[in-house]
Amino acid sequence: MTNRFRTASGGRIDRAAPLSFRFDGQTYSGFAGDTLASALIANGVHLIGRSFKYHRPRGFLSAGSDEPNALVNVARDAARAAPNLRATQVELHEGLKAQSQNRWPSLSFDAGAVNDLASPFLPSGFYYKTFMWPAGAWKRFYEPKIRAMAGLGVAPELPDPDRYTQNHAHCDVLVVGAGPAGLAAALAAAESGAKVILCDEQAELGGSLLSEISATIEGQKATDWLAATLANLAGRDNVTLLPRTTAFGYFPHNLIALAERVTDHLATPGTALPRERLWQVRAREVVIAAGALERPLVFPDNDRPGVLLADSARTYANRYGAKVGERAVIFTACDAGYRAALDLKAAGVTISAIADLRAEVSGELPARALAAGIDVRPSTVLVGAKGRLRVSSAQLAKVKNGAVGPTETIACDSVLMSGGFTPSVHLFSQSRGKLVWDGAAGAYLPGTSVERERSAGACRGVHGLQRVLEDGYAQGEAAAKASRDHASPARGATPAPATPSRAFAANAEDLGSAGFIGATPHGRNPALAKAFVDWQNDVTSKDILLATREGMRSIEHVKRYTTTGMATDQGKTSNMNTLGIVSEALDTPVPKIGLTTFRPPFTPTTFGIFAGAARGDVFDPLRKTAIHDWAAEHGAAFEDVGNWKRAHYFPRAGEGGRMEDMHAAVARECKAVRASVGMFDASTLGKIEIVGPDAAEFMNRMYTNAWAKLEPGRLRYGVMLREDGFVMDDGVVGRMAADRFHVTTTTGGAPRVLAHMEDYLQTEWPDLDVWLTSTTEQWSVIAVQGPKAREVIAPLIEGIDLSKEAFPHMCVREGTILGVPTRLFSVSFTGELGFEINVPSTYGRAVWEAVYAAGERFGITPYGTETMHVLRAEKGYIIVGQETDGTATPDDANLGWAVGKAKKDFVGKRSLARDAMSAPDRRQLVGLKTTDPKVVLEEGAQIVADPSAPVPVPMLGFVTSSYHSAVLGRSIALAMVKGGRARIGQKLMVPMPTHAIEVEVVEPVFYDPKGERLNG
Amino acid sequence: MLIITCPWCGARPEVEFRYGGEAHIARPADPSALTDQEWADFLYNRTNPKGLHAERWRHIHGCGRYFNALRDTVSDFFVTTYKAGEPRPDIDASSGGNP
Ligand SMILES: [Zn+2]
Repeated sequence: MTNRFRTASGGRIDRAAPLSFRFDGQTYSGFAGDTLASALIANGVHLIGRSFKYHRPRGFLSAGSDEPNALVNVARDAARAAPNLRATQVELHEGLKAQSQNRWPSLSFDAGAVNDLASPFLPSGFYYKTFMWPAGAWKRFYEPKIRAMAGLGVAPELPDPDRYTQNHAHCDVLVVGAGPAGLAAALAAAESGAKVILCDEQAELGGSLLSEISATIEGQKATDWLAATLANLAGRDNVTLLPRTTAFGYFPHNLIALAERVTDHLATPGTALPRERLWQVRAREVVIAAGALERPLVFPDNDRPGVLLADSARTYANRYGAKVGERAVIFTACDAGYRAALDLKAAGVTISAIADLRAEVSGELPARALAAGIDVRPSTVLVGAKGRLRVSSAQLAKVKNGAVGPTETIACDSVLMSGGFTPSVHLFSQSRGKLVWDGAAGAYLPGTSVERERSAGACRGVHGLQRVLEDGYAQGEAAAKASRDHASPARGATPAPATPSRAFAANAEDLGSAGFIGATPHGRNPALAKAFVDWQNDVTSKDILLATREGMRSIEHVKRYTTTGMATDQGKTSNMNTLGIVSEALDTPVPKIGLTTFRPPFTPTTFGIFAGAARGDVFDPLRKTAIHDWAAEHGAAFEDVGNWKRAHYFPRAGEGGRMEDMHAAVARECKAVRASVGMFDASTLGKIEIVGPDAAEFMNRMYTNAWAKLEPGRLRYGVMLREDGFVMDDGVVGRMAADRFHVTTTTGGAPRVLAHMEDYLQTEWPDLDVWLTSTTEQWSVIAVQGPKAREVIAPLIEGIDLSKEAFPHMCVREGTILGVPTRLFSVSFTGELGFEINVPSTYGRAVWEAVYAAGERFGITPYGTETMHVLRAEKGYIIVGQETDGTATPDDANLGWAVGKAKKDFVGKRSLARDAMSAPDRRQLVGLKTTDPKVVLEEGAQIVADPSAPVPVPMLGFVTSSYHSAVLGRSIALAMVKGGRARIGQKLMVPMPTHAIEVEVVEPVFYDPKGERLNG
Repeated sequence: MLIITCPWCGARPEVEFRYGGEAHIARPADPSALTDQEWADFLYNRTNPKGLHAERWRHIHGCGRYFNALRDTVSDFFVTTYKAGEPRPDIDASSGGNP
């Protein structure tokens, strides 16, 4: 296909490098340097998408990142498919494949367009009004249907195979935007020796200069000056130039997030480079040179394909050599329409007429247009446009004192509009700087700063090329100086307008700050005319007016009610016109209506760039014990406990070679521990070594228990409270010496407990001479549990008398196991005779294997966390965080015995003295037995006295642990029940969706209630 | 992301730190001497000012020390940081806080 709409010469495309690409399955050609948008326009293609709500045919509106319509899916393959890319930013490469979105079955015939005919029934706020009834219908019916009809792009279902990297960078001056202001700022800062980063979202640096054909700077063509300036900057060691890099977020203390698109523009990206790179730049000073965005005019049918922003049409012609059509009608409220008309005429486009909203048309550009023989019509508006898939005519009418005269239809294939320029204050606003309404400029401009930044050029309302260059240079110099001085400006200071130390000679058209905001008059039936304000979210001026009629006053309410400005473009082209319409409707000045908040990201940003390398196996740290690999080799099923991988159970091949399920494996493991011996990897327990002359005093204050009299060589079960009196953690503590404790914590609680201890030690009792060291990773812990436990370990241990008399329950001894130093605990979390062998982690696996071998003659059975849970529940041992939920006192959890009543103080003691903490109707730990022993209750189930009581049924408590006990041959459960201890023997009910389960409240110890098995 | 100056280590990014609530609330020497209301005040009631707030931070991914900071709750910017145990600096809200 030929480029019918390509100019004969000119532009920055490389006509010697033709490229072939596909759009919606059809092959087209373009040139290196084209965007997908400019190449399609050169091929005469304007129909690019369907709108979000009404499925109206849409074309290109702009040539930049503000584009609301031209969202496409660009796919290299099934996994590398990016939806919602703006075709105006997609750089063409050989073989590029793009698809339009939001249409079915095809772009020119779309079934969803019936929404357009139904539009009287889809007014603003329709989400709130229409879909509220019947109950449940939103989830079942409306939402899926609306999503299917409306949704923007479709994300690929395959994992993203590309790489994304994340860089941190520091600089003296970060300049955002490489238009004339940004270039001059970077130059000034660089010349003063500052370390500069200059970034720009476009492929080429230069901003508006890239679209200049007649402007001059310092006596050169603007584009030549641009090339020389970029060469100058690129040649400096203190300057980093980042094209294709969007400053998308401004975070506190001058942290600016940049998204660099590294390989999307390459036909064959290879594997050496990441697809995107996140730059987290910490800049001493920031110069925002973000330029300005052209505003559309809000007139009926302004969304027809072929209706574009005038300056964008000029960019297509001048920069890309692409004509937006053959015959254009221009509708303008400022001189930008004339500048576009003159450049397009020079490119060979017939300008049929310029309708100027202004009554007074004077100045250089209109004069040149008249001299060029263009039909210029002051006080004229467009009141409509025809052409469903491409504009075919425009209707013009004179306006006098607000009254719209008769219409005249002019045939055309494109309509170019300009309502003036809106300073791009997004980043400034993100930095939390205060915006100030400037009546003369008709715009919000940067006011008081919060961060160390300054704006330069068009984004702060400066216009005219020479003044923009000088302002950029001045801000760049001031920023460099501020970064050198490191001076902290008084808070809330507005940076004084700086004067540059050098002048620029520049010659270019100055468009001034003229323009229009709001909706232009059209005199048509307002119920039928669709004048779009927000193209991407399909919001019309009528919708905004409806919102004001329904009582919305704040722009924030109008925004949410109509959804204007809430699409992925965040209202870049629509926000100011919305304000203008609301202002006129409410007869309230614009600054009184407010302005919606700008939030990051400036343009949509991939998830990949945020994830970076943090995906798959390195998404989160994985903690494995020294015994992990042995467990894996022996077929363990694992469960995640925090970051730990813990062996959950060890299934074995049963009869017929079938692997046991969890239920069967756990039943077998439990029976083995009770009948003979089992072994369990308890290495994940948190461990803290507490050492120092005041160690016992510190323990006394941190735990409820009394520690002073605990002899070295003894263990004690410790309970830790928060200052509010509720159980925070528990664990067995060994006193190794007068000044040394080996503290264990719950697996998940270790960091929290250490931080809690550090807090008190550092801030409340800095006088205590104590040191706390996390030793969780230093010790492997092998629990050997069961009547045969002593016989299993005896042959391996040296230097410890294992006899019952010398080493009773709850003691710790130091010796060696296989020559490895050990702290041997006689402790049980199963109710059986038990030992916990602590050895340095490096020996963990070797010792484990030796114990396993030594236990073989007893059929030693490795067991996992599930069996551990069942065994401890049979004994009524609580798990902090399962039985307790942060509102349980020690007494609630049956741990009243562990509270040192005689102690004067400990953390949480004063809170326990409150009346409410000993109220008889507190929830207390009890056991539950179902009347039907086969029924296993659901953990978390509620407990009531009478499920048929009137709603709300008084709830007495809930099930905290529930298992089938193989040893007891029945189900068991622990529960927290109001006044539970007084209810022992009572029958209560556990209501389920279909029926209620009868339970008996019992003591929470189901097995060996006298504890006779502990001593073997 | 804020930059927080640890009095021991210097300026570091916010992610190295953990917030620790309002500063200068000493645990009573003899809690048992307090009424329930006094104890509740100690446990729960905080000043929550608009403006300068003295608060505890811990350089958890650094030296591990607790220290105190004056932060302006309006701007979210830190005015100063100081070591635990030192008195609250006599600074008013208008005298600093810019990054
Ligand atoms: Zn530190």
